[in-house]
Amino acid sequence: MTLVDPRRDPAAAAPVPNGFGPMLRKEDGRFVRGRGRFVDDIDLPGMLHGAVLRSPYAHARIVSIDTGGALAHPKVRAVITGADLERRGMAWLPTLSHDVAAVLATDKVRYQGQEIAFVVAEDRYSARDALALIDVEYEPLAPVVDARRALDPDAPLVRDEVPGRADNHVFDWEAGDAAATDAAFAAAEHVSTCDLLYPRVHPAPLETCGIVAALDPVTDRLVVHCTTQAPHAHRTLYATLTGIPEHRIRIVAPDIGGGFGNKVALYPGYLCAVYAATITGAPVKWTEDRSENLMSTSFARDYHMHGEIAATKDGRITGLRVRVLADHGAFNGTSQPSKFPAGFFHIFTGSYAIQAAHCRVTGVYTNKAPGGVAYACSFRITEASYLVERMVDVLAFDLGLDPAQVRRKNLLRPEQFPYRCATGWVYDSGDYPRALEQALEMAEYAELRAEQAQRRAEYERTGEGALLGIGLSTFTEAVGAGPKKQMDIGGLGMADAAELSVHPDGTAELRLSCMSQGQGHETTFAQIIAHELGISPYAVNVVQGDTDRTPFGLGTYGSRSTPVSGAAAATAARRVRERAKLVAAAMLEISPADLEWEAGRWQVRGDPAAGASLAEIARAAHGSLELPDDLEGQLSGRCVYNPPNLTFPFGAYVCVVEVDPGTGQVRVRRFVAVDDCGVRINPTVVEGQIHGGLADGIGMALMEVLAFDTDGNHLGASFMDYLLPTALECPSWELGQTVTPSPHHPLGAKGIGESATVGAPAAVVNAVLDAIGVRHADMPLTPAQVWSAMRGRPLRTDLAVR
Amino acid sequence: MQLPAHFEYQRARSVEHALALLSRHGPEARLIAGGHSLIPMMKLRLAQPELLIDINEVPELGGIEITEDEIRIGALVRHTQLLDCAEVGRSAPMLHDAERVIADPLVRNRGTVGGSVCQADPSEDLSGAFSALRAVADIAGPAGERTVPMRGFFHGPYQTAVGPDELLLRLRVPLPAPGLRTGSAYRKVSRRAGDWAVGAAGAAVTLAPDGTVAEVGIGLTALGAREFVATEAEDLLRGQRPTPEAIDAAGRAAAQHCEPVADQRGPVEYKRHLAGELTRRVLRDALARAGGR
Repeated sequence: MTLVDPRRDPAAAAPVPNGFGPMLRKEDGRFVRGRGRFVDDIDLPGMLHGAVLRSPYAHARIVSIDTGGALAHPKVRAVITGADLERRGMAWLPTLSHDVAAVLATDKVRYQGQEIAFVVAEDRYSARDALALIDVEYEPLAPVVDARRALDPDAPLVRDEVPGRADNHVFDWEAGDAAATDAAFAAAEHVSTCDLLYPRVHPAPLETCGIVAALDPVTDRLVVHCTTQAPHAHRTLYATLTGIPEHRIRIVAPDIGGGFGNKVALYPGYLCAVYAATITGAPVKWTEDRSENLMSTSFARDYHMHGEIAATKDGRITGLRVRVLADHGAFNGTSQPSKFPAGFFHIFTGSYAIQAAHCRVTGVYTNKAPGGVAYACSFRITEASYLVERMVDVLAFDLGLDPAQVRRKNLLRPEQFPYRCATGWVYDSGDYPRALEQALEMAEYAELRAEQAQRRAEYERTGEGALLGIGLSTFTEAVGAGPKKQMDIGGLGMADAAELSVHPDGTAELRLSCMSQGQGHETTFAQIIAHELGISPYAVNVVQGDTDRTPFGLGTYGSRSTPVSGAAAATAARRVRERAKLVAAAMLEISPADLEWEAGRWQVRGDPAAGASLAEIARAAHGSLELPDDLEGQLSGRCVYNPPNLTFPFGAYVCVVEVDPGTGQVRVRRFVAVDDCGVRINPTVVEGQIHGGLADGIGMALMEVLAFDTDGNHLGASFMDYLLPTALECPSWELGQTVTPSPHHPLGAKGIGESATVGAPAAVVNAVLDAIGVRHADMPLTPAQVWSAMRGRPLRTDLAVR
Repeated sequence: MQLPAHFEYQRARSVEHALALLSRHGPEARLIAGGHSLIPMMKLRLAQPELLIDINEVPELGGIEITEDEIRIGALVRHTQLLDCAEVGRSAPMLHDAERVIADPLVRNRGTVGGSVCQADPSEDLSGAFSALRAVADIAGPAGERTVPMRGFFHGPYQTAVGPDELLLRLRVPLPAPGLRTGSAYRKVSRRAGDWAVGAAGAAVTLAPDGTVAEVGIGLTALGAREFVATEAEDLLRGQRPTPEAIDAAGRAAAQHCEPVADQRGPVEYKRHLAGELTRRVLRDALARAGGR
């Protein structure tokens, strides 16, 4: 008898490897049929709806708030203001970066879009309608908009609620040897300098942030359905902020429609919904709209960098120095390992053997939304990679050298690994020259240079035709944070756990602390277990995103799922396999030493016919078989994985663009990407991650930016103004790979989630500037920016165009 | 999710019915066709009409008709229909050039020609195109029908000749007399596919038998040209031989007489440059199609 239709077995539709290899994603069946279940799909009985009143001003004192009109609305059940939260000590919440942030503004608003009041109503329309019935009297203040003016003596004070605070300075932080670097520059044959802006951009996930908060009156537990990349870390934070102990809090992240770091932080709307559920006794849903997401949630980058590169006249780099002004917005609310105020920016020597390097980062407050570490940045490695990849091109430009040649001269050699860089990172493994040569070969670099010269000559002769540009980027990433001793978030060490149980029939359940936002965990992690246990990935159910059903861990961001949780899962599976060996030995009445593992079964060495499959072993482990005294019944294993080091994926990218010099329009003609992320568990998933990141790179290089006008108005608050790239801007990606396994990861794998986002922007920018023969212009290289740069007057892209 | 404020909804059965509803409910009523401008504005609560009068099922407003001397395009014709009409592509290729770069297929499937011009967004591609083509608009109101030339239709940003109690019936594009060589073209610079224009230009050229320019229309979108047209550039070209020098002069005139405003798409200097550059390019394209070069 069967209730299962064999024709609907997805494994029947396409071959599935019992382990690593390409296969369709298990989760895609529901996603492509529109059957995903996201937070906004959740509808609980008696549920109320929240809406947030936001500030129209970037900087204004709040004189008064009158909620009477909203409370008189027949469908409004509550209106919450900062004063209400203040009475419970909840008006301010501690950030992950040693600061506090307002939940609902009490004294003044510090950025446009900041939360002021939270309306709870019987339906979402009424909640929105009632926002217009709240009267707020503001006294506008001069805003701090330009980060470069934030430390001026006469700059308005963003954080005047802090007694004794006299300026907008957040922190100073440095890495590397300043004296040695100064000496390298003093002795240098050549020094190039360049000011670069990595503008403020936004992760802009397809699904915005949202929550359904409910207090279960029977169990007296707080149940939160939320768009969170880190359910367990959120549970700890909610406990700290509300005083509810952790065992009475359940966080559930259902399907998530993209995160990119946007869904790591805990936002005011979440806390308001929890508070509202407490005072109304009903479940409360809050889903932000697109403008709210773009205006108020974690942005990314906003690094104003002054780079200096020292070299010999023939292009051997002898030193790298960078001074960063980091715009952190109104509250220091970056989500990153707490001992690293500039994230991992100090990996800015990238893929090159640079003996002397030093960076100094200064964070400043401005009247903009908080955030800063998001959008697939690997904790600011995007900024670091852009800096060094641009500086290498500036150096090549100044010395009249081929940028490929300068890279060849300076790349780390394979024999230098493991390599300790000038700022202390220990790169685990790599073969950089091989990746570069493969990318140049795939791109047919020499032929491209010849075509470029010919097109340039044609343009100079006739004034017609497109210019060709070739841009390189040879980047190094550092992902899989991280060793507990050095890395924690909010005091929680960055280890992650996995629990694996094999059921009596030999199928398995894997419970993870990380949480997919589209990365394909249900497939990749099933393949890890399949690889270790020799069963089908379809025989593994992957559970994630529910703190009641999964072990503790810090979640998915910074490309850490495979490096950390993947290692935990593999280790747990190996422990299960060893347990299975002991059970098999008892079954076969043989010494475990005489058994060998072979594709899903333990068998007798020298007599392969005698053995037991995993399913037989699982049945026996749950059955009446007499087991040795020191062996528990059933078949399960777990692991809390504390990574010994990060993994260091790398790559070499070649971008080819055509620029119309008459209009400044850029067309990306080709993009060759050679990535090395060590062993690839599912090459199709890896390629999907790379495709997405390359599109991100084109987006940031050519069109994405959050700019602000002089009043602090946000100029990118809709998808009409904040442009994401479409398929029409993306060429057909040309991917290549090399495989240099990580020596310390159990599977030899490295994280791949952010490599392309880290590596691609510099390749695109380098290509465009190469086409137009301009030394530097800041992203995004819109038609207007390209045209202005060609005239020697590039725009300040973080400010309103004037 | 962005949510509009409360509104009422009525479906109009005919032009007469729509006009009656407009008269009855006054200026707080709004016609809705494709809804691709109005609904986003309502969701952002920038527009809060009390009543939406749905004209999507008014039969008189649909259809494209081509006669000997004009193309008649019903106000309710979707962008896709215009793009799919081969006859339009032959008679007025500029309209196809423009439609190909308007928004994306989803918007083009639903958005209407009439809605586009009545919205009078300064960045509307069709406004520049129809103005270049010297189309006329037939407008129905309580007092009956009237005709307004496109050059006279746009009263300013988001303002047109169509009164609050009127509705646009159709646009009519005049066709040159048979035997005359004619061509038209449209080009747009945008930051990304689907984005509004940073700047765009369209040109329609009719050549006299002696090779001189019998008539020329030059439309500019998003570049601050009065009524979307570069009349000074047209005046320079009309009656002249379309030499490279004449085309350059027309480009310079177009750039000189427009008044673009700076925004995140670009500074004034760049947009003014685009007015000249794109005018030159579309004139060359239009002449090539007319077989004049």
